[in-house]
Amino acid sequence: MNNLIAFFAIFLKDIKTYYLKPPNISWGIIFPFAWAGMFFIRTGGNMMDVMSILLGIMAISILFGTTSMLSVTITFEKKSRTFDRILLSPIPLGLIMFAKTSGAILFGIVNAFVPYLVAGFFVNLSHIHLSIVMAAIVLISIASTFMGLFIATSVSEVFEAQTFSNFFRFPMIFLCGLFFPISKLPLFLRPLSYIMPLTYGVDILHGAINHSSALPYAFDFAVLFLFCAILFYISLYNIKKRWVF
Amino acid sequence: MNILEVYDLTKFYGDFKAVCGITFTVKKGEVFGLLGPNGAGKTTTINMLTGLALPTQGRVVYSGTDYTHNIKKAQHLMGVVPDESNLYPELTGLENLCFCGALYGLKKAERRAKAEFLFEQFGLKDAKDKKFSAYSRGMKRRLTIAAGIIHDPPILFLDEPTTGIDVASARQIRNILKDMNKKGTTIFLTTHYIEEAERLCDRVAFIVEGKIIEVDYVDELIHPVKDRNILILTISGVSDGLEEKLSSILPGFSCKRLSDSDIRIESDRAFRTGHIIRIMEEAGIDVMEAKRMRATLEDVFVEVTGIEAQEMKKEKEKKAQEG
Repeated sequence: MNNLIAFFAIFLKDIKTYYLKPPNISWGIIFPFAWAGMFFIRTGGNMMDVMSILLGIMAISILFGTTSMLSVTITFEKKSRTFDRILLSPIPLGLIMFAKTSGAILFGIVNAFVPYLVAGFFVNLSHIHLSIVMAAIVLISIASTFMGLFIATSVSEVFEAQTFSNFFRFPMIFLCGLFFPISKLPLFLRPLSYIMPLTYGVDILHGAINHSSALPYAFDFAVLFLFCAILFYISLYNIKKRWVF
Repeated sequence: MNILEVYDLTKFYGDFKAVCGITFTVKKGEVFGLLGPNGAGKTTTINMLTGLALPTQGRVVYSGTDYTHNIKKAQHLMGVVPDESNLYPELTGLENLCFCGALYGLKKAERRAKAEFLFEQFGLKDAKDKKFSAYSRGMKRRLTIAAGIIHDPPILFLDEPTTGIDVASARQIRNILKDMNKKGTTIFLTTHYIEEAERLCDRVAFIVEGKIIEVDYVDELIHPVKDRNILILTISGVSDGLEEKLSSILPGFSCKRLSDSDIRIESDRAFRTGHIIRIMEEAGIDVMEAKRMRATLEDVFVEVTGIEAQEMKKEKEKKAQEG
C-alpha cells in the first residue's frame, strides 16, 4: 500500500510538473501535424496517402516525445539533486524507475493517438486492428521510454542527454522500416535494423494498419518485450553503478 | 541503547580512500555531531549511512539490525537533510511536503495534516502556497528539514544544517532541532561551526582525512581544558617579533598571534587581566581591547586535529556563498 501511494505520488507529480506544461501539450499536438504536413507536401496532398503516413507519424511521435522528455527530466532532476530525495525514500529502486517512466509512457501513448484521431476525420479507419495498434503503441512507448531512461542514466548533463538521444533516434527513424522497407536496405545495414526496438513496433503497426507485416505478431511482441526488459535492467544497473556508488 | 552502530566503515573512490574504517555508535535520543574540515569524509559517511553511497567495507546497524547490504530497508527509519536543498523548485511548499509524505506512504489526509502542522511549527505558514523557488535560503533550509521529518523518523541526518543562511534562521533551526530532540528524535549532524556543535551536541566525533580521531561527550572533551584561562587582546603598535617579545615579558604564558591585531594569551594558572595589560603597556604594546574567554570545544578540536577552526569555517562559508 505504501509503495502504491509513493508510486502514484511520483507519477502524478511528473504528469503535473512536466507533461501537462503548455509547451509539452503543444509539442504533442504540433509535432504530429508538422510531420503530417511534411509528408503531404512530399506526396502531393492526396487523402489516400493518410493511411500510408499514419503509422510513421505515430511511431515518430512516440519516439521523440518519450525519449526527449524522460532523458532530459531525469538528468535535470539528478543534476538539481531532487532525484536524491526520491532515492532516499524507502521505495524499491525498480518501482521508483517504473513510476518515473510511467508519465513518459502515457505521454507517448497520448502523442501517438493525436494523429490517429485526426486521421479519423479524413479517412475510414474501420479496417484497422485497433487492439493490435493499441498494444503496439503501448509497447513502443515503453521501449522508447526505457531507451530514454537508459540515456538519462548514462549521461551527466542535460545537453549530453539531448545529443545522446539523437544518436539513437535518427538512425532508428531511417532504418526501422518506416521510410524504406528493410528488405530494400543495403545488406550491411539490415542487421542494424534488427537490433532496433522500433523496427518491431513499426512492423506490428504495418500489419495492423496496412496488413503488410514482415514478421509474425507474436515474434514482434516478444522481441519488443525483450528490448523493454533489457533496457530497464541496464538502466537500473547504471543507476546503482553511477548514482548509488 | 544504540540506534546506529557503524563498524569499520570504509569507502574507496577508485584509488582514493574517502573514509578509512571508521567505527562509532549513536545512542538513541542523543544529538551526535561529526566535525571535520572540507573533504574529511563527512558527506560520504552520511551518504553511506542513508543509502546514497555503497560502503566498500564495514557494517551499518540500525536498532540492532544489520542493514549494510540493504540500506533501502532502513530508509523508513531515517530523515535526511542534505547540505543543499533537494526539494522541487517548481512545486509550492505545501506540494513539496505532501509529496515527501507520500514517498513514505502517508495517506492524503494524513500528509496534508502533517504538512500543515510542520508549516506552523517551522514558522512558514504564510509561505506554504508559494513556489519553493521563491523561498529565501533560510526558508528553504527550514522546509528541507520539515520534509525530512514529515514521516516522524526516529533518526534525522543533517549535513551542515546552518551553512550559508542568516543568523536569525540559523538560530531558529537550532531551536527546532533542540525541540525535535526533546521530543525523542535522534539527531546526527555534520557541521563546521564548532560552537554550534558545542551548543547542540551531546557527543561529537572529529573526522580528518577519512579517519575518526576522537569520539566523546562534549563535556568530557572540554573537561581537561575547562580550567584554562584565556585572554584575547586587540593590540596596536607592534608588528615584527611580537610572539618572542611576549614570551620574554610573560614567562609561563602561552602566546599566539591570531591576526595582525589580535593575540591570544593562555595559562593554566589564574591571572588578572589588568596585570597582563600593565606588563604589556610597560613593554610598549598598546592594548585596545581585552576579552576573557573560556576554553571551548574549538580549542579541543584545534589541539586534537591540528586544524585551525577559523580557517575551516572561512573556507566552508566561502564555498557556501559560491554555491
